[in-house]
Amino acid sequence: MNITEKILARASGKSTISPDDIIFANVDKAMIHDVSGPGVIKVFEKLQKQGISTDKLWDSSKVWVAEDHFVPSAEKISAENIVKLSKFTKQYGIEKHFKYGMGQYGICHTLSHEEALVLPGEVYVGGDSHTNTTGALGAFACGLGHTDVAYVLLNGKIWFKVPETLYFKLNGKLPDHMMAKDLILKIIGDIGTEGAAYYAMQFGGTGISEMSVESRLTLCNMTTEAGAKNGIIEPDQKVFDYLAERGAAKYTPVYGDIDAEYAKVYEYEASELEPTIAKPFSPENITVVRDIAGVELDKSYIGSCTGAKYEDLEAAAKILKGRQVKIRTEVLPATISIYKRAMENGLIKIFLDAGVTVGPPTCGACCGAHMGVLAKDEICISTTNRNFPGRMGHVESQTYLASPLVAAASAVTGKITDPRDL
Amino acid sequence: MMEKISKVSSIVTPLDRPNIDTDQIVPKQFLKLVQRTGFGAFLFHDWRFDQNNQKKEFVLNDPKYSGSHILVSGDNFGCGSSREHAAWAIKDFGFDVVIAPSFADIFYNNCFKNGILPISLPKDIVSDLMKTVSTVSVDLASQTISYDSKSMKFDIDESRKKTLLEGLDDIAITLQHEATITAFEKSHA
Repeated sequence: MNITEKILARASGKSTISPDDIIFANVDKAMIHDVSGPGVIKVFEKLQKQGISTDKLWDSSKVWVAEDHFVPSAEKISAENIVKLSKFTKQYGIEKHFKYGMGQYGICHTLSHEEALVLPGEVYVGGDSHTNTTGALGAFACGLGHTDVAYVLLNGKIWFKVPETLYFKLNGKLPDHMMAKDLILKIIGDIGTEGAAYYAMQFGGTGISEMSVESRLTLCNMTTEAGAKNGIIEPDQKVFDYLAERGAAKYTPVYGDIDAEYAKVYEYEASELEPTIAKPFSPENITVVRDIAGVELDKSYIGSCTGAKYEDLEAAAKILKGRQVKIRTEVLPATISIYKRAMENGLIKIFLDAGVTVGPPTCGACCGAHMGVLAKDEICISTTNRNFPGRMGHVESQTYLASPLVAAASAVTGKITDPRDL
Repeated sequence: MMEKISKVSSIVTPLDRPNIDTDQIVPKQFLKLVQRTGFGAFLFHDWRFDQNNQKKEFVLNDPKYSGSHILVSGDNFGCGSSREHAAWAIKDFGFDVVIAPSFADIFYNNCFKNGILPISLPKDIVSDLMKTVSTVSVDLASQTISYDSKSMKFDIDESRKKTLLEGLDDIAITLQHEATITAFEKSHA
C-alpha cells in the first residue's frame, strides 16, 4: 500500500485496503471557517428540527475554527457570521478558535501547519477545498461540503472511496529562480484541471527532498486545481523539525510500502523546468513566463494560502529590496505569526519602502471577497490558486497565476517579467 | 426531509462549457449568506446579470428554458471551491438533475445532500442531449434517460439512489443508524 492507502487503512481499522474500496474512516482533526462554519451551523439547526441531537460534538479538542475569508469583517453580514462562529465555539467548548484581533489568526490552511494542528499520519478534513494543502506534512487531508463536515463534527468519522494515486517525481533541485508554484502550475498544465479527479497526488523524488516544507505545502495546496481528492508527501526530518519548532504533539508517521502501487508515475527534471504562469481563465492554461513577458499589468497580488507563507514573502522581498513597484502591489501575510516574522526580519520594511501596501491576514481578494478586488478589465498577476472568470473581482477582470518571484518581478516592471530578466 | 426525486421530465437547459467552477455557479459575494433557500436568484449571477440587467444572450435568461428542471453541461462540472451554496443555488433555481460527462468530487457529493441527481454520461451522449429540444425523461428507479425515442441507462451508487428516491437526508439516516454501523464495525474489526 502507498501512504494514502496506509493512512486510510489505519483510520478505518483495516489491515489492507485497495483503491475503490469504500471505507468508514475515523477522523483525527476537523476544521471550519467563516464561510463553511455558518453553513455547518445551518445544518445543525436543520437536524435539530428533525429531532436529532446536536448537543455535543464528537471531540471539541479535535476541531478548530479559522476566521479568514471575510475578515476583518468586510461588512455587516460577515460581522454577523463571525459572531455566530464565536457563539458556536463557546457553546461546544472549542478552544482552538483563531480570532482576528486576538493574537494568532489567519488563513485556515496556513494555520494548520504554522500551529502544528495537523500531524503526520492523521486524517484531516476541512470545510474548504484547499484542505489538501496540509497533506504535505504526511497526512490524509481533504475538503468536504458543509453537510459532510457537520456529520464529522457530530460523529468523528466519514466514508471515503479509497483513491488511486498519481505519483509525481521531481529529479534534482529546483534552481533559485524557480519555486514550487512553477512546478505545480506545470503539472496542472500537463494533466489538466480534471487530470487528477478523484486521485491522490503524491510528490516525491530528490527534488522534493531538497524542498522546504513550505514549498511542499504549495504543491499539495494546488492539487485541488487538478481535481485531486488529496495531495500528499511522505514526511522526512524536515517535516519533523518543522513540527517540533511549533510544539507539535506526539504522532506516528506513516510511509508507503516498498511495493506500493501507483496508477501512473510522472517524472520531471528540475533542470528542464522554466518559470511558469497560468493565463486567464484557468490554472491549466499555462505557458512559460518568458513567452508572454511584457504583457501590461494593473496590479500584483501576493497573498493567500498558496502564496503568502513566510518563504513566499521572503522571495518577494528578495526582488523588491531597493526597488520600487510600478503598479499597485499588495502583500497580505497568510497568518499573524508569518507577519511577525516578516516584520522582525525586515521584510515588511522592504515592502513598504518599495511602495507596497501590506494588509492583514485574510483570503481577501484571492476569492474576490475584499482587500483589493479587481475592476472590469483590470489585469492582475497573483500568487493565488484560481483565475476563473470573476474569481478576484469583476467577471471581466483577468488574473495570471505565478510564483511570488514572478509576481514581485512583474510588480517592479509593471509587465509580466521573468525574475532572471529584471 | 429532502424532496424526493424519482421521475423528472422537462426540456434540458444546455450550458455547453467545460470546467464550470463554483465561482461561476455562486459568486463570492453571496457566500456570506447562509439561508438555504433563495440562492436560485444568485445562480450563475455574473453570467446572467450585468449590473442589475439580465444578459439576454445567456441561456438561463431565455424564456424558452423557463420550465426546465434538467441542466446539461460540460466536463468537470462544479470544480473549485467546496461551497455547498453551489448545490443550494442549482436546486433553488429549479434544477433537480444535472447531467455532465464528469463532475468534481466535492460538488458531486454535495448534490446528494441537497436533493439533486447528478448524472455522468459519455461525452457524445451529453453533446446529443444538449441539441435536443424535446422533453427528456429521467427515471431514477430504472436508471434510464429517454428522449427522441432513444433510451439509455446511467450509473448511480445504490445507497445514493435510495437517498434520493426516498427523500432521505443522508446525514440523518447515518446518524439514526449509528448503532448498527458501530456494531458492524466491531464485528468486522
